[in-house]
Amino acid sequence: MKTGIVSYGAYIPKYRIKVEEIARVWGDDAESLSKGLKVDEKSVPDIDEDAATIAVESARSAIARCNIDPTRIGAVYTGSESHPYAVKPTSTIVAEAIGATPQLTAADFEFACKAGTAAVQACMGLAASKQIDLGLAIGSDVSQGAPGDALEYTAAAGGVSMLIGTNPDEIIANIEDTYSFTTDTPDFWRREGMPYPEHGGRFTGEPGYFKHVTGAAEGLMSKLNTTPKDYDYAVFHQPNGKFPSRVAKMLGFTTEQILPGLVVPKLGNTYSGSCLMGIAATLDQAKPGDCIFATAFGSGAGADAFSFEVTENIEKSRNKVATIEEMLQNPTYIDYSIYAKHKDKLRRA
Amino acid sequence: MSVARFWRKQVQRYNLVGTHCKSCDEYFYPPRNMCPTCRRNGKIESYKFNGDGEVISFTVIRTAAVGFEHQTPYILAIVQLKEGPKLTTQISCGIDEIYLGMKVKPVFRKLGDGGEKGMIYYGTKFIAAE
Ligand SMILES: [Zn+2]
Repeated sequence: MKTGIVSYGAYIPKYRIKVEEIARVWGDDAESLSKGLKVDEKSVPDIDEDAATIAVESARSAIARCNIDPTRIGAVYTGSESHPYAVKPTSTIVAEAIGATPQLTAADFEFACKAGTAAVQACMGLAASKQIDLGLAIGSDVSQGAPGDALEYTAAAGGVSMLIGTNPDEIIANIEDTYSFTTDTPDFWRREGMPYPEHGGRFTGEPGYFKHVTGAAEGLMSKLNTTPKDYDYAVFHQPNGKFPSRVAKMLGFTTEQILPGLVVPKLGNTYSGSCLMGIAATLDQAKPGDCIFATAFGSGAGADAFSFEVTENIEKSRNKVATIEEMLQNPTYIDYSIYAKHKDKLRRA
Repeated sequence: MSVARFWRKQVQRYNLVGTHCKSCDEYFYPPRNMCPTCRRNGKIESYKFNGDGEVISFTVIRTAAVGFEHQTPYILAIVQLKEGPKLTTQISCGIDEIYLGMKVKPVFRKLGDGGEKGMIYYGTKFIAAE
């Protein structure tokens, strides 16, 4: 049974901090950093926002876009590496706040930056086997980078919700297939109770991101017997602007294919939301019949590749909620001290 | 606030669920089970507000209660929903951006928590509707 995206929604907090402002505090060279990372600024959550509130806002947007009855949702899976509780699911908060309770299953997912796409795959399985009518898969994060660490320049906040179902009259993008590539690779981790993640440093790009993304992407194209030329758009996990551009080139995709979904320069890395945000930005402008290739990556490490074909139902979903491009416009810029307060790096004694 | 006390009112806080009297067409938030006008003749039904409203009064809080110190200065306002009920709520915007008559819409935010070990309280705040 074919599954597809029935609706999608995103949320990006209104605050931004520029790479040059973070560099000013740590005495780094802003210009070479921005150029190297291909990131100019990143989103920052408000003082009362976390991965749960962002997940709720994105889910409400997905429901509003296609006027979905929330009681039809049979599963809520939220992927995040910044769940507000160590024990107590984010997904129950979301389910209650969208009016989907109590007849549903819910759980939280964790897999660094690809927990959201892992949730999509779980919903595909349940929907395809008719265990549920609609599944809600979410990737939401308020990522933390340690003060002064390289990750602080890109760790951003945002979330995306995908409603997965099987009704051809509702599906706005068919999921033609998915393919995953997973190994045990210690490129990035955070131990229980520690506020900031650790990473293996510069060398981890090759055995982590590039090996897994190409592994999943090539695996899916070989399974589907497709080539990069068969796709109108491509989206790759965006920890910075450099990695997705490089992996696209390695695989044979062009800059034109990835540009519509490349949101990281003005947003930063939204972790579990990152690849889904790129897919959402691409869906915002895709036309019926367009094919989208996407590959999410999560440190630890694994990659999930997807092939989508946009249906004519997408036209009905337009202009109901703000586009990613609109959400990225007119942000409120803050300086490092206010940013530190928002991120709880600075506390009143 | 106790965990149990918050939890009992969680649904109305999360989703602005109130009530409506079908006899006199009055709306209530927080929900009332008895219409004060119609009394025994009232026909009460559950009603979910979409949250469109207007700021009818506000104040800037600079000396906050325990647990809210890191949020100062913040705005506490009375919002009148388009169906009529008034509620006290935090408005999430700069203190120089708020004005009487500002159109607002609801957002899902953290309202507070019971300290580092305690539960996190979520619910509705309002932002400018543009
Ligand atoms: Zn009445």
